[in-house]
Amino acid sequence: MLSALTQLLVFQLAGEVVARGLNLPVPGPVLGMLFLFVALALRGGPGHELQTTSQNLLQHLSLLFVPAGTGIMVHLHRVADEWLPLLLSLLISTVATLVVTALVMKLCMRRQAAPGEAP
Amino acid sequence: MTPQLTEIWVYLSASPLLGLTVTLLAYQAAFWLYRRSGMNPLANPVLIAVAILVLLLTSTATSYETYFAGAQFVHFLLGPATVALAIPLYTQFRRVRSMLLPVVAGLIAGSLTAALSAIAIARLFGASLPTQLSLAPKSVTTPIAMGIAERIGGIPSLTAVLVIVTGILGAVGARAIFDAMKLHDPAIRGFAIGVASHGIGTARAFLVSEQAGAFAALAMGLNGALTALLLPLLLGWLR
Repeated sequence: MLSALTQLLVFQLAGEVVARGLNLPVPGPVLGMLFLFVALALRGGPGHELQTTSQNLLQHLSLLFVPAGTGIMVHLHRVADEWLPLLLSLLISTVATLVVTALVMKLCMRRQAAPGEAP
Repeated sequence: MTPQLTEIWVYLSASPLLGLTVTLLAYQAAFWLYRRSGMNPLANPVLIAVAILVLLLTSTATSYETYFAGAQFVHFLLGPATVALAIPLYTQFRRVRSMLLPVVAGLIAGSLTAALSAIAIARLFGASLPTQLSLAPKSVTTPIAMGIAERIGGIPSLTAVLVIVTGILGAVGARAIFDAMKLHDPAIRGFAIGVASHGIGTARAFLVSEQAGAFAALAMGLNGALTALLLPLLLGWLR
């Protein structure tokens, strides 16, 4: 577990350094994910340890959002003042995003699967 | 409280131990409820854990800063967890490569819908400008969304909360929406959840299937990068 955790942190650090060094708008951890992906492709997959540690970490991904979510208590005031536009915006926009993304993908896949059509 | 209890409380409220422990306890309780409900998406563990913590903190008059001094150790793991998403992505890469066109088209359409519809609806119903701008990156994973909010003139900590709520809404509603659309491909379901509701949606997708989870993770990463690039430019043109 220790070596896997170290690897994850090293890739995060590399991502952070490159993102800041080159002034990229992409956050360090996302770049770190990309670097790790390239490394996995180069060495043909994660070792057993990295596989299990990551699985454990991702299994409780939800937990990691709890501290930030609890921050709602600081904004109860603004939320109380603007609850209607906030609620409608979040609700409608989230549903719209789910539907639009899924529909566009479905249409593209149908085109891709259609015989005689160039992809 | 007796003087001795007060003394213990003073010590504990100044140390990170308490914030960290109550976060884990609240999450365990929430997860237990989630399981008991048969993994009903309405019993979302993030939602329940946050509700428990807010009640606990407000009833003990503990500030968020004090709480976060301990909870930041959990918060920190978001970074390595994001990096770790490369592994399911790698495992599912063959399927992803065969779906390149749908993935790219779905990503662009979904990313634009998420940001622009959030601003438009909030504006329509009279939200203030900082609130509108805080809403714009709501479908992007927390650390990226906070960075975007800061750049475009939103309130980063409000964005963090809106991101979480969006994640919960997506995780709660996705199954019913996709079932109504008669959409069964786990790759599409996962990807759409990842675009709309980032890591919380991804967490939910992983509980359903590895393939849905991997596509959700892919969507979350891509949408984070695309929104970070696109939103500042787009808002610059709109102004």
